[in-house]
Amino acid sequence: MKLSINRTEYDVKAEPDTPLLWVLRDELGLTGTKFGCGVAACGACTVHVDGVPVRSCVTYAEDAEGSEVTTIEGLDSRIAQAVQRAWVELNVVQCGYCQSGQIMSAVGLLSEIPSPTSEEIDDYMFGNVCRCATYQRIRAAVARAAEIIEA
Amino acid sequence: MTIESTRRGFLKGAAAAGLTIGFRPDGVLAASSAGNPAMLTPFVRIDPDGAVTAIIKHFEMGQGTSTGLATLIAEEFGLDLDQVSYAFAPSNPRIYNNLFFGPLQGTGGSTAMANSFLQYRQAGAAAREMLLQAAADHWNMDKSELAISDGMVAGGGKAAPLADFVAAAAALEVPVDPPLKDPEDFVLIGNPNTARLDNLPKVTGQAVFAMDKHVPDQMIAVILRSPKFGGLLNGFNASDAEGMPGFVHAAALPNKAGVAVFADSTWAAIQARDAVTADWDFSMAESRSSDQMTAELSNMVNSEPEFVVRGEPGLEAVEIALDSSPSSVEAEYSLPYLCHAMMEPLNCVIEPASDGGVVVHDGCQSPTATHNVMMQVLGLPFEKVRINTLFAGGSFGRRFSAAADYHVEAALAFAVSGGKRPVKLVWTREDDIKGGYYRPVFAHKVRVGVGPDGSIAGWDHRIAGQSIFKGTFFEQVVVQNGIDFTSVEGIPDTPYAIPAQFVGLTDFKSPVTVTWLRSVGHTHTAYVMETMMDMAAGKAGIDPVEFRLLHLPGDTPDQKRMRAVLELAAEKSGWSRNLSEGLYQGVAVHKSFDSFVAEVAEVSVRDGAVKIEKMTCAVDCGLAVNPDIIKAQIESAVGYGLGLAMRNEITLTDGEVDQWNFPDYEPLRIGDIGMIETHIVPSSEAPTGIGEPGTPPAAPAVANAVHAATGIRMMSLPFSKHIDFA
Repeated sequence: MKLSINRTEYDVKAEPDTPLLWVLRDELGLTGTKFGCGVAACGACTVHVDGVPVRSCVTYAEDAEGSEVTTIEGLDSRIAQAVQRAWVELNVVQCGYCQSGQIMSAVGLLSEIPSPTSEEIDDYMFGNVCRCATYQRIRAAVARAAEIIEA
Repeated sequence: MTIESTRRGFLKGAAAAGLTIGFRPDGVLAASSAGNPAMLTPFVRIDPDGAVTAIIKHFEMGQGTSTGLATLIAEEFGLDLDQVSYAFAPSNPRIYNNLFFGPLQGTGGSTAMANSFLQYRQAGAAAREMLLQAAADHWNMDKSELAISDGMVAGGGKAAPLADFVAAAAALEVPVDPPLKDPEDFVLIGNPNTARLDNLPKVTGQAVFAMDKHVPDQMIAVILRSPKFGGLLNGFNASDAEGMPGFVHAAALPNKAGVAVFADSTWAAIQARDAVTADWDFSMAESRSSDQMTAELSNMVNSEPEFVVRGEPGLEAVEIALDSSPSSVEAEYSLPYLCHAMMEPLNCVIEPASDGGVVVHDGCQSPTATHNVMMQVLGLPFEKVRINTLFAGGSFGRRFSAAADYHVEAALAFAVSGGKRPVKLVWTREDDIKGGYYRPVFAHKVRVGVGPDGSIAGWDHRIAGQSIFKGTFFEQVVVQNGIDFTSVEGIPDTPYAIPAQFVGLTDFKSPVTVTWLRSVGHTHTAYVMETMMDMAAGKAGIDPVEFRLLHLPGDTPDQKRMRAVLELAAEKSGWSRNLSEGLYQGVAVHKSFDSFVAEVAEVSVRDGAVKIEKMTCAVDCGLAVNPDIIKAQIESAVGYGLGLAMRNEITLTDGEVDQWNFPDYEPLRIGDIGMIETHIVPSSEAPTGIGEPGTPPAAPAVANAVHAATGIRMMSLPFSKHIDFA
């Protein structure tokens, strides 16, 4: 099975029905993508497949064949840089375990909606759990990232 | 950064005459250098190139301790915060112990800043004095003419980088009692604009949690555990797992608590475990359902209590006060088991070392507890166990149970695997939700008498629940006269002036495992105290804020501080009976971990659904070292407490946990609550707790607001049993 991840081609040994999450983490050492629930209920494992956020814990590796997978380690777009900068400016992180997934979703949101309203942020980010409850800073940081991108 | 790199860095630094400063076990400052390389346990290290590292004796679960302790070093040293990096300390119970815990290194009870405040400042001050002395000697000047700023030693027309004096400083005697800065001169402490030091690795996916640790040749172990608490393994069948890709083997844990299933990858281990079947002995196991437990707990609070926690002036006097009160309120509460459900499921890696010992890679909340487990289970001497503390993806208390449960599991799994290959224990979310070590179930029964003047005349409070400390290693130290004070904390020691209070406690026993969860006993005691205060205020016909102030006359320092946070929260929230249409407020105030927090909740109701619109919080946690981290901790503690209160409970059917994963233990999500606004009371008192004290008042403040909005009193949790949320 060949997978393209962060614009690098990998020859993957895992069984084709292995969740993409475990291929990334265990086989390729891309551990920025996190395991939180295994049932697409927390968003910690969010990656982009062809630019769209998906939950890698319920995505079969074989289904990502022929697509471009981007993980937190491969983020380098202007939007992504703005999001990461806003996250730092507002001291969003606490334990940090969910934040890769939060950032992947936020980048997905701002790619779709450049200036989201507070409701749009809440709707889009609904699937990303943060047990430290950094939510209001996430909301503010998404808005701040939108400003940075516009400037 | 890890202990491995810390040690390498230190040894290299020592060889090239770096400077390390720490403390002897008796608390006296000590320094080491090339001439004295024995000290591997510094608090601050200055490399020959001038790079400064704060060695953090606590773990980082998001509460900001690494930034906080580095701030103390930087402040006294005279450096900017971004000139100090940090590394987690190795395990050493005599040097890196929590000063409030005795000879135990560990994080808990919101003590990280409070117990470290002077220590880290002294270490930073000693470093400053030694570098200044070295420069003064070199330039033949008086030390008082020199200062450190912008990473340079400068004064009297001279300036040079720190690096120029590290070697000379390392040859000096460490000052016994270096002068600490006058708080008036603090630049970093109290500065609202300091940045967290762990921002960058955590926004780029580079931060390493124990779940991310990959040691060459490691096996993953997942454990098949008894479906009922207290069940013991009779036998198992792993034949269906044989031949599965990646499966290595399966073995019974020697304590009969489960079957360790080993595989070459995490996914293979999870799948192989699903293929293993086991036979259990349930004769000692919990077999009750939650309904039965609730009924038994109710019986307990309606019967003679097992222990009298507060008996002065005596039950009789309290009863007389209650009976002679013109009015009274009475309520019975039922509060469920709760699971911490931190984002990173439990895990740790045990790696065999070349000296026959082990290295444990862990988001380690108590290195001493973990160290002891490894020594006992694996039969190793102290020096052959090393702990490599990594970032923890949350904890809320779960990564340090008195039983050190997951460390015991990992050590047993490593032992039965033969101890040749590294073993990484991994829990799944299902293991976490079903795995016990919960906030225990509790019942409360309270009767409050309201006197003719509207003030409280008597308070009779009965509590029944499971002790966290009984039956553990800590019982002898913590439990006194049969009373585990964490079952009642916040009630008999309330700062409120209550003329006659009786507090009775009855222990509920179950094989269900329990432990502390963010704010421990205050998770339930504050809920009961502060909703009862609201009901009593209603009975007295007095505004809830006024009613509380009436019982905080300011006779004690605690009452003064509690009063101040309550007044500040009321002011900032625009506390009023005349809110805009459709908005309702509720208030709660509570002391925990030596800090005081008042919260005003504002809720709306639309089409019968409640929305928590805003939480206005006021906190007094002594001197605010990192104000933005304090705000973040209040936001976190409030969100955590409200998430649990809104819809979380662990229930049992015939002894088995009903919940499974996040879909039926639904966590707080981004749209669930509105803004949390935090105001810090200026203070020059010593810093007190901040990670936990925001949690206790959150649920009762919302419950009181919900009552104001709907007339519903929620005597059992979660709220979702009583109301719908928008």
